[in-house]
Amino acid sequence: MAATQEKPTTRLISGPGMLLVWLYGVMVVGAVSRSIVQISTEFEHAPLAYSLSALAGVVYGFITYSLVRGGETARKAARFCCAAELAGVLVVGTWTLVEPSAFPDTTVWSEYGMGYLFIPVLLPITAMYWLRKTAPQGDAA
Amino acid sequence: MLVPLTVATAVAALLLAAWCGWAAYRDQPTKDWHFIGMAVVSVLALVQLVVGIVQLARGDKPEQGTTIFVSYLLGAFACVPVTGFMSLAERTRWGSVTVAAGGVVLAVLQVRLYDIWGG
Repeated sequence: MAATQEKPTTRLISGPGMLLVWLYGVMVVGAVSRSIVQISTEFEHAPLAYSLSALAGVVYGFITYSLVRGGETARKAARFCCAAELAGVLVVGTWTLVEPSAFPDTTVWSEYGMGYLFIPVLLPITAMYWLRKTAPQGDAA
Repeated sequence: MLVPLTVATAVAALLLAAWCGWAAYRDQPTKDWHFIGMAVVSVLALVQLVVGIVQLARGDKPEQGTTIFVSYLLGAFACVPVTGFMSLAERTRWGSVTVAAGGVVLAVLQVRLYDIWGG
């Protein structure tokens, strides 16, 4: 890993953090490559679904970068993005169930990420728990 | 796509996942034997990549498109080595868990590869 040099900042990739980086990395590759292919070849087919996949990919990318980078600011930023991600999964997941016609094709977040073994909905919860645990003593923010 | 090879890779990946999961359960980091296991699985994925490209070169067409097929082949090949390096950076049980997760991801990729090729 790139950020292994000893720093006084909060290290976010020790222990369970390493597993999170791997899973987020997989989601980045999955969501980004998927949306690149779909947007470049058949964007008109399902613009909303493909745009959402691209957005999901960007959010995942940012969280992965924050985890690897470490430090207090990155920790807070990652927590914020995890919350946004969770909200995204829940909103889009519900949306795809209530109004399937808006989505001619699936997104990463369709049906709460069922096509991805529900990892999209489980991951932000786990990550938020982890980021809370790595908070400096006496700071639960 | 060579179905026996796909099945073999998926099974090997799941065995690797179980093995590293066991190491994690016993609170151990990945050891030399685990890395040999990862090498075996990675070689299978590499063979698959080569076989896939040869089949494309011979004019066979995957059902869901060549681009997607090749990206999945590359992803499948990269999967286990990447987690191997991550477990070198994380010398605790969590490194083992990461490799186990890599094995599961590879098995899922095999299922997807099978679908993409079209049976």
